[in-house]
Amino acid sequence: MSAAPERTNAGLRETLQPRRPGAVGRIEKANNPKHALLRLLPYLRPYRLTLALVFASVIVYTLFGLIGPYLMGVAIDRFVGPGQAEGLTRIALWMLIVYLLYNGFQIVAAWLMSGISQEALQQLRRDLFSHVQQLPLSFFDHRSTGELMSRLTNDIDAINQAVSQNVTTLLAGVLSLTGILAAMFVLDFWLALSAILVVPVIFGFTRFVARYTRKGYRDLQEQLGGLNAVTEEAIGGQKVVTAFGRNESVLAAFREHNEQVFRAGVYANNYSMLLMPLTGVLGNFFVIILAALGGWLALRGLVSIGVIATFIIYGQNFIQPLRLLANIYNSIQAALAGAERIFEILDTEIEIDEGALVPMPFIKGEVCFDHVQFAYESGHPVVREMSLEVQAGKMIALVGSTGAGKTTIMNLLSRFYEIDGGRITLDGRDLRTIAKADLRRCIGLVPQDTFLFAESVLENIRFGRLDASDEECMEAAKLADADHFIRQLPQGYQTDLSERAGNLSQGQRQLLAITRAILAKPSILILDEATSSVDTRTEARIQKALLRFMEQQTSFVIAHRLSTIRDADQVLVIDDGRIVEQGTHFELLFQRGVYYHLYTSQFKGHAI
Amino acid sequence: MTRPVHPLQQFIPFLKPYWKPALLALVCLLILVILDLSIPRLIQRIIDQGIRAKNQDVVLHTGLLMLLISLLSMGMAVINNILSVRVGESVARDLRESVFLKIQSLSFGNLDRMKTGGLMVRLSSDTAAIQRIVNISLRIGTRAPLLMLGSLILMVKTSTSLALILLPLILLTLGVISFFIAKMEPLFLLVQQKFDRLNTVLQENVAGVRLIKAFVRADHEGERFAASNTDFTRHSVKILRFMSGMSPLLTLCVNTGMVVVIWSGGMEVSKDAMTVGQIVAFTNYLLTTLTPLAMMTMLSNAWASGIASAKRLNDLLTMPAEVVDHSDALSLTQAGLADAPVQIKFERVAFRYDGAEGGSEVGCEWILQDIDLVAEPGKTLAILGATGAGKSTLVNLVPRFYEVTSGRILCNGIDIRQLQQKALRSLIAVVPQETILFSGSVADNIRYGAPTANETEIMAAAQAAQAHDFICKLPQGYETRIEERGINLSGGQKQRLAIARALLTRPRILILDDSTSAVDVETETRIQEALEQLPFKHTRLVVAQRVSTVLNADSIVILEKGRIVSQGTHDQLLVGCPIYQEIYASQLGNGLEDDLEKGRGEQQL
Repeated sequence: MSAAPERTNAGLRETLQPRRPGAVGRIEKANNPKHALLRLLPYLRPYRLTLALVFASVIVYTLFGLIGPYLMGVAIDRFVGPGQAEGLTRIALWMLIVYLLYNGFQIVAAWLMSGISQEALQQLRRDLFSHVQQLPLSFFDHRSTGELMSRLTNDIDAINQAVSQNVTTLLAGVLSLTGILAAMFVLDFWLALSAILVVPVIFGFTRFVARYTRKGYRDLQEQLGGLNAVTEEAIGGQKVVTAFGRNESVLAAFREHNEQVFRAGVYANNYSMLLMPLTGVLGNFFVIILAALGGWLALRGLVSIGVIATFIIYGQNFIQPLRLLANIYNSIQAALAGAERIFEILDTEIEIDEGALVPMPFIKGEVCFDHVQFAYESGHPVVREMSLEVQAGKMIALVGSTGAGKTTIMNLLSRFYEIDGGRITLDGRDLRTIAKADLRRCIGLVPQDTFLFAESVLENIRFGRLDASDEECMEAAKLADADHFIRQLPQGYQTDLSERAGNLSQGQRQLLAITRAILAKPSILILDEATSSVDTRTEARIQKALLRFMEQQTSFVIAHRLSTIRDADQVLVIDDGRIVEQGTHFELLFQRGVYYHLYTSQFKGHAI
Repeated sequence: MTRPVHPLQQFIPFLKPYWKPALLALVCLLILVILDLSIPRLIQRIIDQGIRAKNQDVVLHTGLLMLLISLLSMGMAVINNILSVRVGESVARDLRESVFLKIQSLSFGNLDRMKTGGLMVRLSSDTAAIQRIVNISLRIGTRAPLLMLGSLILMVKTSTSLALILLPLILLTLGVISFFIAKMEPLFLLVQQKFDRLNTVLQENVAGVRLIKAFVRADHEGERFAASNTDFTRHSVKILRFMSGMSPLLTLCVNTGMVVVIWSGGMEVSKDAMTVGQIVAFTNYLLTTLTPLAMMTMLSNAWASGIASAKRLNDLLTMPAEVVDHSDALSLTQAGLADAPVQIKFERVAFRYDGAEGGSEVGCEWILQDIDLVAEPGKTLAILGATGAGKSTLVNLVPRFYEVTSGRILCNGIDIRQLQQKALRSLIAVVPQETILFSGSVADNIRYGAPTANETEIMAAAQAAQAHDFICKLPQGYETRIEERGINLSGGQKQRLAIARALLTRPRILILDDSTSAVDVETETRIQEALEQLPFKHTRLVVAQRVSTVLNADSIVILEKGRIVSQGTHDQLLVGCPIYQEIYASQLGNGLEDDLEKGRGEQQL
């Protein structure tokens, strides 16, 4: 069984997989398909009662389905054969009623089953989604969005195809088979015996074919995942692809995956679709033998024509569910292939809070790093022996060359990754004793990459604090200097942002991100290059506003524009994972060290 | 509502390359149907001429014949299977490629309107729906109607009167099927739309996972997901119930037919107008005529969903690209732009987004107006301005990512709309604001615009971009793998890679859209120095926030609300432009000396 596409662990500077022994982020492999099937069954449990109703309906209509042909046999023998017209009408009417009930209950069963199957799937989607939400960041760092999406959509769809139609058919099929078999035995022992012989033959074929289809479908789902990944990346990066004229090579990559999907599809479908014609022919064989045998017996006067006729019909009715059962067994392979991939995700460890937790209703914002060490990948430390103390309400600026570890430090504060050595405390409490949700709720983050949702501007802002009123959202926007441009948009605050927010400039998107963070009223505000795309005048205004806003709270500012950090209470110069200089802007300038060097370089070429 | 062209018709060309195997598959199917039809007849013969006539030989011979026929059937079925699978998968593959090509060819304007989630659904789910139709048409979809037709003919031959009785029933059944298809199609369309939405929410949650964790919004997003999940489920249930009601209904029709046959057939037999064997055969024909209908429910489901998907794909495939090449578009040599350094000129350019569809556009607002500027060959033109002033939009017009609404842009006097898009873009290298990198090695990413570059050239570009040093420190150096979207690099590192990528193509127009925003000042200065020393002459357009970036530009343009308010060199603007002075002051304050003074002061305290 092949694993999900694995990326080589390229240990690099900023965000990567932590070194946890429990193999966080690696996909656990499902053991076998039967296992997957058993794990799917609990999803039907809440519908036990309705399922019972379905079962009952199926029994009822199966019974009626058996009576029908029986009545027909009777009709032929007693009325048609001898040529008796009376009584024929009555039996015809009975047949009509029987058939009405037969099909009527079929509709009932199908009706109920539709609801059950879709709702069970809904729950599966829900579970999968909420599990994915709780997975640690490292899981996402290594997985392509497209491939993950394929599991959430294509693989569930594969289950859908099987479940929505097959459960009732399965039930009905099994019941029909037993019923018809019983009826056949009642009618004529020997003919019935010959009927049973066909069962092992058909199932033998089925299992043989199913082995290949299972492998085939698993392959297909995997290839689909791969194709998805390539496509998603290509669509997301379309601008660059076009700008650099790389459409050809992207197309080539797509074609390669497309071809693989083609091959996998041919393989899987060749085997899976083989079954129906095969069993159909087997069914014909069966009917022929039945007819021939029956004819031979009839010639000997051992059975009546009516019985033969009935038997032939029973035979066809027998073959039908048998073929369907065989087909179900087969099509379930696709479902199981999908189910296995889904359970791989559900079996991945989620981010949890371990140990004794202390509730933190109110956070002042005192942060302390005590000899903290961290590496994304062992052997490549990103943070070395970092110690710093931040009092509540202070503004700390972090500067340093790119890749020095500034963002990483903030990641550790939010506990997106676990530290390797030392400890971090918040208001004197070890970070590990605080629930992650509590911790992150008090931190307002404006990350480097602005991400906005395909919702209205107002809703995007409200993301910062869900119970905020519209006025509060607008107040926050005013603070971040965003209110003005928002009102200029066609529907103002109600304007829908397209996914790539192509209708906003980068700077405007950053302003929205800042608004969002402000609205959260965080105890700790982290601005990670939050105004890098914002022009300096706007930035200066925001600075002033933020200073007032964050008077009581702690803020961390990572920036390259040194004009931003002149008012910081402390400036930390980070290099290679260590704090190399510490002090106020002016103190550091006076020291004429690294900071001074950074600062003066922006004047290079300019006559002072 | 009549449509001039049926949505599925657009997809027939996809079938054309495979007409031979498709035809062969259909031929096999035809033979299969004929064989299928012969069975009831043979059964009739066994009963009438064999059993009733007490002729054992007939029974045996007919039995053997039926066996042979079955074997032949199997052969035909297998061949038909293999062929139809091949055709189906081939069509699907070609269709997927066409959709992908179309997506690639869409201009940014189109793309801005469509969400990735929706595009993905079209590529996977919608094409699969069309594939199903092809598959079914080559198998059950043709077999069932043929069977029906054949049985009907045989039925009529057996007993015209009985057949006539059943005619209304058959028509009724066909009516039921058409009704179902017509009703289901809009339902399928709706379901696909809900699926789009579900996909979009999923996509955002995966792509924006860090943010959602940071703001502890898992519950909120869970609700959002739950909403679209429930919505989707509700519609799925609806359509499933509809679909599943069809089969029993049709079976009821069949069964009713059987009753009718038995009844009226019985009447006929009592008048000695028909034989029992005929009745039995007739019922078999009836079964054979109408049972395929049960199979046709599958067909109609696939048909309805296929039509819905076909409509969606059609909308995408026929979407006109906003930026197209004219039929007589010029190549570089034809335009005389093969080697000369390039002058870029904007003549009364104005721009606004096309608010035709979607409603999510900035609509009728003018983004740029009255833009007149010139970037001389080999010189640097810098563009400054407030957030949202239109700087990125302006530079995006040069490579024709968007089309000017009015006015024109000239390269050495030639309107860029007269050039082939490919030719134009081969001149230009863009370093966009938002860095996009692809999964692959660092070297692959730098090589992106110039795939044939060798190692030395790559390293030279990386050195100029001040990226070489940090790349060498990476575990596998230039061969280090970059994860999707460059997740494992810092912002500044990504930007430098993007610059290296651009430089490697030796562009004659270099557009830097705020491409050093995440880079520290010192590194940025070094990059600028390196840019000055590049071996190839180029015209540079720089969008910037920092004054330090534009200090040495040959010409600086100040953009405010889409208009040029000032133009000149740094010195000229510092003296004469209040806005520029403001910008300058906000960044560099009152100068270094004052800051040093303050510092000394604090030390003494």
